[in-house]
Formats: sequence, structure tokens, C-alpha cells
Amino acid sequence: MPVKHPSTQQFILPDCEGDILKIEKLNFAYPDGHIALRDVSLNLCSGDKVALVGPNGAGKSTLMLHLNGILRGEGDLTIGNLPISDEQLPLIRALVGVVFQNPDDQLFSPTVFDDVAFGPLHMGLPEDEIYQRVAQALDAVQMADFGERLSHHLSMGQKKRIAIATVLSMQPQILILDEPSAGLDPRARRALINLLRELPQTMLVSTHDLHMVRELFPRMIIMDEGRVVADGPTGKLLVDATLLEAHGLEMP
Amino acid sequence: MHIHAFDQFRAHASALHRLDPRVKVLLTVGYILSNALLPDGSWLAFAAAWLLLLWSNERAHLGLGYTFKRSFVAFPFAIAAISAIFSPSGNSLAEWNLGFVTLVPTDFGVVRFFSILVRSWLSVQMAILLVTTTQFPDLIHAFEHLKAPRTLTTIIAFLYRYLFVLTDEAYRLMRAREARSAGLPGFKRGGSLFWRAKITGEMAGQLFLRSYERSDRIYNAMLARGYTGHIRTLNPHTMQHSDWLTLFFSIPVLLLIQLIGWYR
Amino acid sequence: MLLSPTPLHIPDGFLNLVISLIFWVATISMVGLAISKTNKTLGEKQIPLMGVMAAFIFAAQMLNFPVAGGTSGHFLGGALAAMVLGPWAGILVMTAVIAVQGLLFQDGGLLVMGANIFNMGILTAVIGFGLYRMVGGAKKGLRLTIAGAAAWLATMAAALLTALQLWLSGTSRLEIVLPAMLGVHILIGIGEAVITVAALAFIERTRPDLLNAEKTAASGGRGWIMAGILVSLLAVLISPLASGSPDGLERVAADLGFLGDGQASSYQILPDYTIPLLGETALSTIFAGIVGALILMGLLVLLGRSLRKAGSGK
Ligand SMILES: Nc1ncnc2c1ncn2[C@@H]1O[C@H](COP(=O)(O)OP(=O)(O)OP(=O)(O)O)[C@@H](O)[C@H]1O
Ligand SMILES: [Mg+2]
Repeated sequence: MPVKHPSTQQFILPDCEGDILKIEKLNFAYPDGHIALRDVSLNLCSGDKVALVGPNGAGKSTLMLHLNGILRGEGDLTIGNLPISDEQLPLIRALVGVVFQNPDDQLFSPTVFDDVAFGPLHMGLPEDEIYQRVAQALDAVQMADFGERLSHHLSMGQKKRIAIATVLSMQPQILILDEPSAGLDPRARRALINLLRELPQTMLVSTHDLHMVRELFPRMIIMDEGRVVADGPTGKLLVDATLLEAHGLEMP
Repeated sequence: MHIHAFDQFRAHASALHRLDPRVKVLLTVGYILSNALLPDGSWLAFAAAWLLLLWSNERAHLGLGYTFKRSFVAFPFAIAAISAIFSPSGNSLAEWNLGFVTLVPTDFGVVRFFSILVRSWLSVQMAILLVTTTQFPDLIHAFEHLKAPRTLTTIIAFLYRYLFVLTDEAYRLMRAREARSAGLPGFKRGGSLFWRAKITGEMAGQLFLRSYERSDRIYNAMLARGYTGHIRTLNPHTMQHSDWLTLFFSIPVLLLIQLIGWYR
Repeated sequence: MLLSPTPLHIPDGFLNLVISLIFWVATISMVGLAISKTNKTLGEKQIPLMGVMAAFIFAAQMLNFPVAGGTSGHFLGGALAAMVLGPWAGILVMTAVIAVQGLLFQDGGLLVMGANIFNMGILTAVIGFGLYRMVGGAKKGLRLTIAGAAAWLATMAAALLTALQLWLSGTSRLEIVLPAMLGVHILIGIGEAVITVAALAFIERTRPDLLNAEKTAASGGRGWIMAGILVSLLAVLISPLASGSPDGLERVAADLGFLGDGQASSYQILPDYTIPLLGETALSTIFAGIVGALILMGLLVLLGRSLRKAGSGK
């Protein structure tokens, strides 16, 4: 007899006039002393699709790990109206889904199904809802038949898609994707672009694929050496040859 | 999170760093052995042993209190020795009535308890000093010279090499789990304890498989570069005069500590 | 804390010299046997494999899971290593792990390392592999159940032996340390069992070739079944006996010469072997240690012989 739980819909954040995600003067140094983020400030509005670009080691991944409290730097970070704090972490992790750069870091369960179901299971959702969410998430990444497969021996592109599904099944409000298109063949890349276009969530996507940025993201943020060096409409930034060159990027 | 921070080696150009690792291993073991041999309550000898330790810290250019600050790793274990305080032999010092049981600390027991603690604490510090002044590969090499079986030292060398890689991997798995460990108000979060343990077991399985398949690749890469069964090092480790001298003079020092302990 | 010492990693100072030496001898002989066995049956390829597997056990011990109130469960891995790699390789892997934990991180002492290896590497391998080998060809459900039970029992036996060592060293009172150790490890052992079973099930799903019945049978002879059952029985019998009537066990230990009157002096152990000329000095302690160690070595040589016979004559 499935227990009736209150609908999860009530946790949708209030429509933001302003910002669904707000970072102010975030600083972070790794334990070995390397300073990875310096005074990073940025805002995301509900529904924004934003690209995060910058050379290797710019601090993109580090920044993304802050957005659901895996790393905790100094500075202010609020999701909706929730500041990141120990009590709010579980809820924040339900609101912000982070997909890591390396899918091998993301997948830790034996089968694809187990991995995609982990988040909903941990949230304590009722069983039928879990099945439904897993099916939906796998459908969204076009891996519906892969539920019983072992994630260990999938190809890189398949792992990347499963990694996205593990987060989609939690139905977050904000999606944080770290280099989702790296290592994909043209067809898989195309499928990914279509998927990202269709997903309704607010998203912040780091990438080195400036063609994808031009096609998909109206706004882009450039990071270099731990700083945000530019933040504006993609159309404007991508034609600024000196800016791109100064930060190791090439005009698409 | 990188576990490299836990490698305790600190590079300095000190006499202790230069000392042959064999000698350092022998002296460390000798020192710990000496502590174990001291009778309970030989505080003077314990103090002498501590002085020796302080002096060694100084010789390693680490500062007097270096190992002291790091020596508390063994302290939680002290709980195991607390019951020694109530040893029946000896004169009772007090009677603590806890309602259901009466505890009687004895003088013998208290001395025993603190002796255990001091021995442990001195020994841990010397072990810390050993790894602070010796790089781990040199340490492994020293054990080889001391006739530890090759098979074992080679396994340990591989362990050391992949320790950091695999613990990093373990941390990343835990980080992935953490990132999706969400909760919603009104729902019971985290599943059952059994489920959490099971997930951890599956993570262990995942880690095992990655390690296993990695070891296959390593072996192939090693064969490709002419591996023949054991790892060679460039460091010859020949005993210098100063090494022999140190070894030679340490023995009377440890004997002296024993004398202080036994014939106080 | 990442490297928080578990209740089974005994630091230096907590075991007396005699006990430390006895277990060093026991450990050295078993490890020696393991080396000659693995050298014979497995190729040089096994060495990098065992090294990486040792690193795996080390890393897997860091995987934790929240239990309650900020504490977390950990994994020891001795039983799993023996089940997957075979008992001899398992022993070598655990030896390497415990050696590095002691040397590099001071998690466990040096003089007492023999005891630590024996408790966490050898005892767990005998029980873990022995019981698992017994059901090597059985159906999956039964096999995993026994594997879980073996992992639990191995943890309990390690805790039991640790408690006994602490007691025989005059560090703890038996009536306190034994229930405490066993009580704590009932829970730790359940975690160990669940993790072991889940890991085995995972490996079996992904790489069934690593765990098939022939491989298990080839990695250790039938003698292991006997040894596993025997040691398990011993552990199961001693625990309630010792917790129920510690006096009885104490009397036995005293008769054997392990305990002076009043149960607890570190340097009056094996008084029967103390040579009058030497008196109660460090020398006589060393001597007593050597005698005790020799006796044990003799027993182990016999055990090793019978194991080898049982292994070859299956
Ligand atoms: N665990 C760590 N410990 C110490 N330094 C780290 C760690 N992880 C990353 N760094 C350093 O922090 C800086 C930022 O790294 P980060 O991974 O955030 O870069 P990135 O922009 O994602 O690069 P890429 O495009 O290569 O993914 C780099 O200089 C990196 O060397
Ligand atoms: Mg990155």
C-alpha cells in the first residue's frame, strides 16, 4: 500500500524577479594552498541558460562544485532565498543538480538503474514515483533500454548521458553541467545539444565547445585564473577577438 | 581533496635526514623496544627517553615540539587501558560508588595506566620522526636491505604508488554520492542504514573493479618497458662511517635508559 | 577524521613485549608461507595486482557511510580480500595495508604490528576464506549469505583476539574489555558483512570470471575449510565462555603461566620460564618472549604442514 506523500511540486522556488542563484565575492583555496577562485560574483535568473568558458585550470569545475555545497569557500552564495548552510544542504542538493566533468566520478552503482534511482531513493520518495522518474530521466537522455546495463563497461558518451540522467531523476531546478560535450562523437553531441535546448531548467554549463555556446546559450561567462573576466551576451563576446585571445579562446 | 597532504615527509637538510634509512629503522624499533622493556612507573627513564626524542627532533631541524604536536593519533585507544586503573593488585586509593557498581582505583592501577600511555605516546612520536625524516621509497628500500622479503616490499611499493590514486578515486565516489544526497522537507531522508551500507559496498565493488582493471593495464605497461619481477632503484644506500657511528653510539644510550629504569 | 584509528589498530605500548613477539612470530611464519605459496602458484603478474589490490583495500577503508549522530561506519576488508584474491594473496595484501598504515600514518604500532596483521589480516583470511570456500560451488544466495556471515564472524574474531591480547598484556581488565570490544564490533561487523556481500555481488555481476568456483577452489585447498570452521568454532566458543565467566579463562591463563596473581603485571609474564639467575629484569622478559615464541612457532609449523598436505591431497 503506497503511502501518500505531499506532492513535491510545493518546493518549486518562487518565480524570481531577480535571481535564482546568487554568488557574491566567492573565494576559495584548495588545501594545498592553491587559490582557485578569486572574488567570483555572478547571478543566474530563473530560466537562464548560461555558458561558462575559460582555459584549462581557470576554476570552472571548482566553481561548479560550490553550487551545491560540495566545496565551501568564503563569500555569499544563495540558491533562491536559501543561503548555503548545513541545515539547508539537503534541500539545496535537491534543487541544484551537478553533473561532474568525469562521468566515472559520477557513477558509483552497479547498474544504470541503481545509479539513476540513487537520488530519488535518498530523498525518500515513494516507490512508484521513483520508477517513474527513472524511466523519464533515461528517456530524456535516450537511454531507456539501458536500465539493467552495468555502468562500468559503457562507452564514454553513454556514461556521460547516464550521468546527466542521474541528476535529471532528482528533478532539480538548476542544472550545473561540467563539460557535457567533451568526448562525444558528432551525433551524440547533436543529441546533447537538443536535450539541453529542450530541458526547462535554469542551467550553467561549462564547455570548451564555442560552437555549442553560440548555438545554445544566449549568455556566456568567461573565467580565467579564478576570476570572472567577462559576463554578457554571447553574440557580443564571441566577436571580441582580443578578449577571446587574451584568455586562450578561439573565435568559433 | 588530495590525500597527498597526509604524506608526512618534510624535506630538510639535516643530519637525521641524511642518516641511512636502515639505521633509522633499527633505531626506531630499538627505541620502541626499549620503551616496552621499561618497567611501569619508571618515570625518570621515560623522561630520559623523551629527552632523547626532543634532541632528535632538534637534530632533524623540525623544532622541539614537532612530533609532540602530531602524537595524539593513538590517544583514542587509551580508552582500552582505562580499566587497568581498577586493577585489583595494589592499594585502593578511593571508592567510587556508581550505584550499580563500585569502582576502586588502585595505586598500582594508576601507575600502570599512565605507564602504558607514556610508552605509547613516546613510541608514536619516534615512528612519526622516522617517516618525517625518511621518504617512503627509501624506507621500503631499507626494509629490503634488512632482508624483508622482496615480494612483500614490492607489493608495498605498488601500494604506495597507487595509494594516492585510489584514495582520490574513493573520495570522488563519495563526493558523487554526497552531491546527490538530497532531502526534501516532509520526506524521510537517507534511506535505511542497511541501504546506506549496501551502497557503500557497491562503491567498494566499483572501486575494486576499477583497481583490478587498472592493475592489468599497469602490468602491460610495465612489461612494455621491460619489467622483470622487481622494481629497481637508483639509490644505492651504502652505509657511511657516520651511519655506523650513530648506530654504535645509540646502543649505550638506550642501555643507559634501561639502567635508569631498572635500578632507580 | 579521515584516518581515525579504529578499535582494532593497536598502537605501540598497549601490548607487552611477550605478546607482541609471539604474534610477530605467528605472523612472520604465516606471511612467509603465503609468499612461498603465491610465488609458486601465481606468476610475477600477481605482484602488481596484489599491490594495486592493497591500495584498493586501503582506499576502500576510507569509504564510510553515515550511521547516526555524526559517527560513520567503516570497512576492514580482510575477509573480502581473501574471498576474492584467495587466502594467501589476501594475507599478503592485508599485511601490506597494515604495514603501510602503521609506518606511514601511525595507525597501529610497529612493535605490535605482528599482532595487528594477525588479527586483521590472517585471522580474517582464515575465517573469511575458509567458510566461503566451503560453499564455493553453491548457489548465489547461499554463497553470499555465508560470505556475509563469515565477514561478520571474522570481525568478531578479530575483536575477540584483540581483547584477549590487551588482557594478557595487562592493559585491560577482561571483564571490561571483552564485552566492550565484542559489543562495538557486533555493529561494525554487520556493516562489514553488508559491504562485503554488496561488493561481492557487484563483482560477480560485472566480472563473474573473477569469482567462479574453480578459481576459488584453486586459490586455497580444502584444508582451509577445516581451518576456517575450527577457528570460527573456537571464536564462537570462547566469546560467551569468557564473557560469562572471565574467572575461568583467567584461571586457564594463569595455569599456562600467562598471568601472575592479580591478573596484571606486564613484566611477570611467563614466570615459569623466568631463569632464576636473570631475575625479574628486561632480559628475563626477552627470554620468556623467545620461549613463548618458539613454542608457538612449533605449533605453526605443524599447522602449516597439515595445511599443505590437505591442500595437495585434495
Ligand atoms: N583537488 C585539488 N587540489 C589542489 N588544486 C586543485 C585541485 N583541483 C583543482 N585544482 C587546481 O585549481 C585550479 C582550477 O581547477 P579546475 O578544475 O576548477 O579548472 P577548470 O577550469 O575546470 O579546468 P578544465 O578546463 O581543465 O576542466 C587549477 O589550477 C587546478 O590545478
Ligand atoms: Mg574542469
